[in-house]
Amino acid sequence: MEIALQNITKDYGSVRANDHVTMRVVPGSIHGLLGENGAGKSTLMKILSGYTPKTDGEIRIDRGIVEYESPAHAAGLGIGMLYQDPLDFPLLSVLENFKLGQSSSDMTALRIRLTDLCRRFGFTLDPDAPLASLTIGERQQLEILRLLEKGIRTLILDEPTTGISGTQKAALFSALKQLADEGRSVILVSHKLEDVEALCDRVTVLRGGKGAGEMDSPFDPDQLMTLMFGTRPKPPPRSAEAPGGPVLNFTSIHARGGRTGLKSCSVLIRENEVVGLAGLEGSGQGVFLRTAAGLIPPLSGEIHLKGQPMKRQNHHGFKRKGVNFLPSGRLEEGLIPGLTLAEHSALQNGGGFWVRWPGAIADAARRITNFRIKGEPNLSVESLSGGNQQRLLLSFLSENPTLLLLENPTRGLDVESANWVWEHLHRFCAKGAAIVFASSELDEILAQADRVMVFFNGAVIKDVRTQETDLRELGLAIAGRA
Amino acid sequence: MIRNLAEILLSLMGVLLFTTLILLIAGAPPFAAYIHIFKGSLGSLNKLSHVLNAWIPLTLCSCGLLYTFRIGLWNIGVEGQVMMGAVFATAALRLGMGGEAPLFYLVLAFAAGIIGGGLWALLAGFLKTRGGVNEIFAGLGLNFVAQGIILWLIFGPWKRPGIASMSGTELFPINLWLPQFPGLRMSPVGLFLAIGAIAVTAMILRYTRIGLQLKAVGGNERAAFLLGLNPARNMLLAMIFAGGFAGLAGTLQVSGIYHRLIPAISSNYGYLALLVVMLSNYDIRIAPLVAFFFACLNVGSIQLPMMLQIDSSLSGVIQGILVLAVLGVQAWRARIKIGTQGVKGSPGGANP
Repeated sequence: MEIALQNITKDYGSVRANDHVTMRVVPGSIHGLLGENGAGKSTLMKILSGYTPKTDGEIRIDRGIVEYESPAHAAGLGIGMLYQDPLDFPLLSVLENFKLGQSSSDMTALRIRLTDLCRRFGFTLDPDAPLASLTIGERQQLEILRLLEKGIRTLILDEPTTGISGTQKAALFSALKQLADEGRSVILVSHKLEDVEALCDRVTVLRGGKGAGEMDSPFDPDQLMTLMFGTRPKPPPRSAEAPGGPVLNFTSIHARGGRTGLKSCSVLIRENEVVGLAGLEGSGQGVFLRTAAGLIPPLSGEIHLKGQPMKRQNHHGFKRKGVNFLPSGRLEEGLIPGLTLAEHSALQNGGGFWVRWPGAIADAARRITNFRIKGEPNLSVESLSGGNQQRLLLSFLSENPTLLLLENPTRGLDVESANWVWEHLHRFCAKGAAIVFASSELDEILAQADRVMVFFNGAVIKDVRTQETDLRELGLAIAGRA
Repeated sequence: MIRNLAEILLSLMGVLLFTTLILLIAGAPPFAAYIHIFKGSLGSLNKLSHVLNAWIPLTLCSCGLLYTFRIGLWNIGVEGQVMMGAVFATAALRLGMGGEAPLFYLVLAFAAGIIGGGLWALLAGFLKTRGGVNEIFAGLGLNFVAQGIILWLIFGPWKRPGIASMSGTELFPINLWLPQFPGLRMSPVGLFLAIGAIAVTAMILRYTRIGLQLKAVGGNERAAFLLGLNPARNMLLAMIFAGGFAGLAGTLQVSGIYHRLIPAISSNYGYLALLVVMLSNYDIRIAPLVAFFFACLNVGSIQLPMMLQIDSSLSGVIQGILVLAVLGVQAWRARIKIGTQGVKGSPGGANP
């Protein structure tokens, strides 16, 4: 089946996620779709699979223009997508999940089909096991077999190698190659160079929602990196003060959480340091920050704060030692919907049986002025814009923190607001605090941090000073090449 | 508040329409039925005192529930908390049946009743915060246990001399009854306590740190934790408040109304109070009014079987439809809010 996407454009409100993207997939090939976070890869594939309607452009399948009427339409044409988080039913068994969407309801026949397919691709799935007992890799295998049984001719996989083991990856790759040999098309969405190099015949690179270029195998990694990240001038390194005494010390920390967890992490962070955490979203940065904040207890390893062991302390214990955590989910984790700015102020200031409302309102008004928040003390926080919610959260950081842990501190802010936020944050550093922040913007990390730690699959695979690295090197590390 | 009231009035009219329909189907004259309910509840001072006797426990339970709803807990166990308050109060009063120092034993009964209700609520609270048991199931289970304890006491250790009976334990001597208004079967103590409960609850929820913390944990438990609050401790606190007020209601039922422990000591006031609070949109200013209306319906409809040969459960039908209608209106308003702003609004700051 031949697929041609022509000038596909997708607008989410005022945000253009895909901007006139063109891409052609030849039958029997494995086609890579490469790009950094937010480049528009997933959006484009959701359009092709019928999950999201396009704003403009043409989808041609076997030379005929198609307009999807429903997601099922694309599936009927033979296009199937394996989502990042498999869309399956944990409470059902493997066989029951396999049956979903199939025309046949003959369980005996389906059981034989499933066993045959497993043998063909070298998968080992027990038809009667409850799905909840399977690993992500096994759930992927099952989903691929289910889609094949439905008769798909093009398989789209969105970041399939995140969170699966090495052997499962090998099994997946050999299965995909087999599919291509049988004449089916495979589209592999990824940000990992090694996956693309090992598997793809051709890649399309997206950058900022636009097509940045195409390339045939064998690939030149340098050239791919340039396509992915562009050639941006290196910002001048920040003149930072010399790092002081130790603040946070991780000794072979293992922790659970997210998709990857945190694996054998040993890190020392010192006073005055600004450390940027880079990596694809969900590669362990969030778990790192939450472990350092005392929100996730480590499975093994030791945490020392200013030289003191922090065993069996929860977040409040860490907070008393001057650790401040700023989550990226503002209304989910940071602020309390339904409460006004003044009520947040009152909670923050604490103490006493009575709430002194005039004082709380005055305090909120002071924060509004100092942090240039567009809002009123008696407005509830969910009516603030994202940027103003972020400013309010920043105003709650304590005056003299020892360690600031920030998750995407400037996400969704315009350039001016982001600069203002960083000016404010660097002032804490001058007073001896250490800042650790996660960001999906490499530019921001290079501009603001003294030191970068790159996360890949739950581990720190690169830890360098910002002056000694550049976009290309970091990009390679994010893609798994340290 | 004006809008809340307007919504309730609108719902009331809808309910009136629906109830009229039901009465017509049942072959009863609707207008006459309403007149009987009105006369039966507000027709005389004596009848008003009956209404107030129902209003007092309803209001006390409603006040307690405002704390738990504020923190996002569905304290279904309030019914059992009324019962355990009654059990503890009875235990205290039984100690005073010798005749000495009745005032001391009455005060002791109130303290015991509050502790009994509070402990029973705390049990559900611990099951929730320590064991992860949903407070609805924990509360429901504990309600059955409390009912079982009452029946066991009435037919076992506290049975009347000679013969155990469903009519309850032995009557307390008259010096252990709460003082009554002259000529009325109603105690000023209960009235005073109910009004006090409204004032205290309004003050705590609005002006104290406890009220703010309950609202914060109810609004976003994770954010509240990050801000330095202890969600579990606040949940237990809310449960203690709810159980304490419910226990107080139970004590009044024992010492002021029945003067003994009976199987139906709670009279379903706990469950009814859940409806009262939801209907008043979790607003302390509206809850006493709704409670009064419910009390009128309950007392007024006692007349119906005698006068019109309709079952008195009509009041239950009206109350049930009323709650459904108001919840419908609230859901409808929330949907309009989402449609126009794209933001999910939580009614009245309580979003259980």
